[in-house]
Amino acid sequence: MERNPMRRQLAIMRQSLFDQGHVDEQFVQLEELQDDANPNFVEEVVTLYYRDSARIILNIEQALERKPFDFRKLDAYMHQFKGSSSSIGAKKVKAESTLFREYCKSGNGEGCMRSFQQLKKEYATLRKKLGAYFQLARQAGPVETASRPK
Amino acid sequence: MGNMATQTQFHVLAVDDSLIDRKLIERLLKTSSYQVTAVDSGSKALEFLGLNGENEDEERNSSVESVSAADEDHQVGVNLIITDYCMPGMTGYDLLRKIKQSSSFKDIPVVIMSSENIPSRINRCLEDGAEEFFLKPVKLSDVNKLRPHLMKGITTKTEMQSNSNKRKGSEEIQSPDRTRPRYNELEVV
Repeated sequence: MERNPMRRQLAIMRQSLFDQGHVDEQFVQLEELQDDANPNFVEEVVTLYYRDSARIILNIEQALERKPFDFRKLDAYMHQFKGSSSSIGAKKVKAESTLFREYCKSGNGEGCMRSFQQLKKEYATLRKKLGAYFQLARQAGPVETASRPK
Repeated sequence: MGNMATQTQFHVLAVDDSLIDRKLIERLLKTSSYQVTAVDSGSKALEFLGLNGENEDEERNSSVESVSAADEDHQVGVNLIITDYCMPGMTGYDLLRKIKQSSSFKDIPVVIMSSENIPSRINRCLEDGAEEFFLKPVKLSDVNKLRPHLMKGITTKTEMQSNSNKRKGSEEIQSPDRTRPRYNELEVV
């Protein structure tokens, strides 16, 4: 149990990320790769993810403006995006990516557009939540994620 | 010579077109105390090895080792290659095939990673020489499976070394083994 109030709030924030389904077990894997030599590894990966995936989001947006839809291309973009999202443990974003791909495979343009809107929402929400989490983490000082009881 | 295993640091070549996954695999490997080189394509991987992918016949037919593109001075010792399957241009499978067809590099263990669980794909890779097939996202427990494949390489080299020693008696042996890693600097973890 964290005695420091900031650390306690951090632990609560962290738990809610999991409870609300925003992140999955892969996020824990990232945390376990953090150590004294790499204290901000998770934040670095997440920052890189948002920077890198912005490009793919744009590509998909542009592809959805061209009719008729090139479902093969849309699926290829989403395959890439899903991979990155999965690597950082972005659970809801990943689930929405899977749905989008299914719509691509069945040639359902409406489904693609709907699911993409939802995906962008989840993507933005996650960014806000993780941003707040990392900001608090920096203020709270180094957290001993390595010695967390399993 | 017998203590080679304790002195060497394994060098892993990681191949993945995804920036995120490259960062991740690099961290996973470094956590396990491996030296890492990460590249974003199969052709860059071949380039790094000193293998020109288009000149496989030259590679195979060269009878003298010094004719190869990678001579002793520029030889980069790689102990294992871990590659993503789905990449634009050369896939991980294509890369696997090229490595296994190369006389210089066929003994380097190759591991394939993929986000898709397709049994026929997995079987094909394993049948064509891949040591392991990891489903992404790759975890630390997966990376722990690499060690036996890397240790196997060391044993082979040590045995080759002692065999050639026996044949040549007390003569000083400079091993021409081209896959023996050369390290200019040891990474301090």
